[in-house]
Amino acid sequence: MTAAVSDSSSIHAALGLTDAEYERICELVDREPNHLELAMYAVMWSEHCSYKSSRRHLARLPTEAPCVLVGPGENAGVVDVGDGIAVAVRIESHNHPSAIEPYQGAATGVGGILRDIFTMGARPIALADPLRVGPLDEPRSNWIAEGIVSGISGYGNSVGVPTVAGEFVSCETYRDNPLVNVAALGIMPTERLVLGRATEVGSAAVLMGASTGRDGIGGVSVLASAGFDEADDDSTKRPSVQVGDPFEEKRLIEACLELLEAGLVSGIQDLGGAGLTCAASETASRGGTGMEVDVSVVPLRQHGMAPFEIMTSESQERMLAIVSPANVDRVLEICTRWEVSATVVGRVTGDGMLRVRDGMDGGVLAEVRASTLHDDAPSYDRPRRPPADLTLRRSVDPAADPAVGSSSASSSSDCAADLAAMLADPSWVYRQYDHQLFLNTVVGPGRDATLLRLRDPRDGTPTGRGLAVSVDGNHRWCDADPCVGTAMVVVEAALNLACVGADPLALINCLNFGNPTHPEVMWQLSEAIDGMAEACDALGVPVVGGNVSLYNETNGTDISPTPVVCLLGVHPDLVRRPIADELPPGTALMLLAPSGPAAHDGGAAVGAAAEHTASVADGSARQVALGGSRWAWERRGCRDGALPELDLAGSVATARFVAAAVRDGFVQCAHDVSDGGIAVAIAEMCCHSGAGVHARVPSLGSPAPAERSLFAEPPGRVLVAVEPGNTERLASAAAQAAITCRRLGSFGGSRVQIGRLAESGLDIDLALDDTRARWRGALPEVFSQPVDGAAA
Amino acid sequence: MNVPMSGPMSVTVGVVQFPGTNCDLDTLDALAELGARTALLRSDETLLSGVDAVVIPGGFAHGDYLRTGAIARFSPIMGAVASFAGAGGPVVGICNGFQVLTEAGLLPGALRPNAGLSFLCRPQQLVMASVNHAVGHGLSPSDQLSIPINHFEGNYVCDRATLQRLRANGQVVMRYVGNPNGSVDDIAGVCNEAGNVVGLMPHPERATSELLGSADGRKLLEALLSAAASTRQAIGHHAA
Repeated sequence: MTAAVSDSSSIHAALGLTDAEYERICELVDREPNHLELAMYAVMWSEHCSYKSSRRHLARLPTEAPCVLVGPGENAGVVDVGDGIAVAVRIESHNHPSAIEPYQGAATGVGGILRDIFTMGARPIALADPLRVGPLDEPRSNWIAEGIVSGISGYGNSVGVPTVAGEFVSCETYRDNPLVNVAALGIMPTERLVLGRATEVGSAAVLMGASTGRDGIGGVSVLASAGFDEADDDSTKRPSVQVGDPFEEKRLIEACLELLEAGLVSGIQDLGGAGLTCAASETASRGGTGMEVDVSVVPLRQHGMAPFEIMTSESQERMLAIVSPANVDRVLEICTRWEVSATVVGRVTGDGMLRVRDGMDGGVLAEVRASTLHDDAPSYDRPRRPPADLTLRRSVDPAADPAVGSSSASSSSDCAADLAAMLADPSWVYRQYDHQLFLNTVVGPGRDATLLRLRDPRDGTPTGRGLAVSVDGNHRWCDADPCVGTAMVVVEAALNLACVGADPLALINCLNFGNPTHPEVMWQLSEAIDGMAEACDALGVPVVGGNVSLYNETNGTDISPTPVVCLLGVHPDLVRRPIADELPPGTALMLLAPSGPAAHDGGAAVGAAAEHTASVADGSARQVALGGSRWAWERRGCRDGALPELDLAGSVATARFVAAAVRDGFVQCAHDVSDGGIAVAIAEMCCHSGAGVHARVPSLGSPAPAERSLFAEPPGRVLVAVEPGNTERLASAAAQAAITCRRLGSFGGSRVQIGRLAESGLDIDLALDDTRARWRGALPEVFSQPVDGAAA
Repeated sequence: MNVPMSGPMSVTVGVVQFPGTNCDLDTLDALAELGARTALLRSDETLLSGVDAVVIPGGFAHGDYLRTGAIARFSPIMGAVASFAGAGGPVVGICNGFQVLTEAGLLPGALRPNAGLSFLCRPQQLVMASVNHAVGHGLSPSDQLSIPINHFEGNYVCDRATLQRLRANGQVVMRYVGNPNGSVDDIAGVCNEAGNVVGLMPHPERATSELLGSADGRKLLEALLSAAASTRQAIGHHAA
């Protein structure tokens, strides 16, 4: 007895199960589980599959709205966008695999997310890739970054789905834990919506696609549900990374869509994390049925694979289709035509059990109730605690650094250098991605949001409307305050959509955090969810899906909390491009913002919102805080400080106003003020348009060093370029909407000149040509590549 | 998808689909918008029935495994394409289609990985170099066009003698303004001696509307429809 316990305890611990979880499994199966059964519980009860640390918190997110056809919990969220068209959206992380093997880790992330989309019956039309990597001047981080981008390029381009949006962020916090989040969207006629269910007893389970190998075994439990530490040699975890084949996936997409179009499958499910175990048990438990799987007929890549390997392999490019017996021959025929392997590996039963057999009428290798793999997965209310030094950290003012001086203006050369160092054109990343396939890309990557033509999936007819996508995260904001920071991220996404004339419709999230057994991490996660819920409520936007990636830690150090959101929006009347590529001399530069401190220049009190204004160290309530700003982190090495105040209602009103102004043609182009503050945002408009500028920005508090005015990141602000004849029209419309609107200056000339409204001199005066060259060259230079991609 | 144009000018363009091709639907859409009848030609077919022109579109035929175009050239459809080209029928390969045509020996030269060794998807300025070919009708030499490129292997190479012949015969169809990939002589497109087989690295089907950034690609596709109409008058529908 003693020997038996210690034996099985070593097995369950090696599989990542706790003693308590093991005991619970014994209760559920009413005996000691065998090795195969234990392996199945281990993958299904892993953090990655079961969300056991986050489930109870995720329940606080708003998930309902009239547009929601399918909310969280299925393979993808689905929203109704009108005209009988449904959009499926989903986001996932592939962080841990990408840390070990960047190219394949990122590539298989793309493959997995696409399967989630066409599983629902939708044709994938776009990918988005928010990426976060370590310092690019360090060789290993540089190698990881290049591998991740190549992997997305190699897989996404070949599989034939354009990558239309993304982020590319570099910070020390991601040195050992790069974040590869991948989102996809697909469209379908609303009536074609398919759910991954096995409802009809007697149906066949058909395994389609690639053969099953030893790659990816334990991917969800060994890799994705544990951190890294020094004892890990990468090579020990490399076998847990899957290998992708985009050509197989392309054929699989076409075959599955044809099967769904022909109505030959009643349910379909992709094999992702936890492989066949997950697909079989999910389709059965969702359908209220059971399933028998015959491991002896599963096409294998290697000889001698044990049943537990076959049941938990995460080999890519595989699907499980539930097919009524009468349709099996036609399904196999269509698969043959697409050169997709298809094998009947099981049948749907009525007894609720997941039974693994060696031969369909052969011996039973495992027998567990299918629903226990999901519904009985543990849910933990892990301890939560704010960091002990929270109050102290928030009391710091990054601008009060002795080197800067607490109140006097800094020299203009410092500000200019700070600005130049924060400029980087991301086109080095997205030019490696096909972002134009399907002829929908009206505004591509590199701008505030992506705007796609929305066409009828039945015949390709343009609807005259657009789909907009923005992916956003900001670990600095969320590090300073995970609740408000996350709300600010959601607000930024809405402002980004507004800049291309779109209104928000639905949100999906990817919550990247550290080790959930650290109470500070659980506190961050819980706070972030509250902030997200509040911002989504203010916008009236439901959360229709998400992914939680925990254990992003190395040697006990957790990453900064990094909730990433993908906000989907609709442009109601897409008759012209909402962004002018060029800005003629004399075009006015104007700032739109909530009527709070975000736009004020240190004069009068700032209204009702003032009481929420984050106080800085010197006690002045009028200064906009610099905590969590990119300038503080990157240029002053200061991660402390309070966040600027968020006026949620005012920001939502600003987003609505901007979206309408862009649609009405009041503005030539719009750009939201985000990381790097107003100086970076103005310079980016100059770099995109090739126009110089002379501008004076609000000082954001008095007394204020130039850095506060130029680089602070109070949320809710949008810059717009306006024809001189339209400025008064815009100002009066803004006044009616109770939005602050002020003219900051004009575009034109060959210099980027930025000063403060309250001061006479210039804080920044750079040649436009140099600024553009610096912006264009920043990323190619760090990757030792030519600026335009050509040979040197 | 098919928007038939009435009258004698209405032509039918076949668009080849290999496993792994991904610009097939975009190319069909763009041609249909210009009034052509279109037909999707699967790579395992052996006949081109009733088409007046053939487009081999972009993508990753057979996953580009082994080498771009190396497997696709052995597809049954390629025998039919070669016969059609031999009879003077207009054939245009775009991007991966260009790669397939060079592998099949229907166009001179080859396409190597970009000199910068990274995939490039971006708008590209181009200048027409000759117009006596299947996509030249209505255009003039030195016309400037803005059309996107989207490739990893677009670095055109050929031996010195071939390059001299291409130049002398007017077989250089267009050149890059600002060479993005290291192509010899900035070559972005070539044609065969007869001018009826053309290979283009830029994607004209991606430049058919100002909403998407440029409409310059229409000029090339319209020229192809003219070439198809002329062929049809001269030799009739290609016999099956």
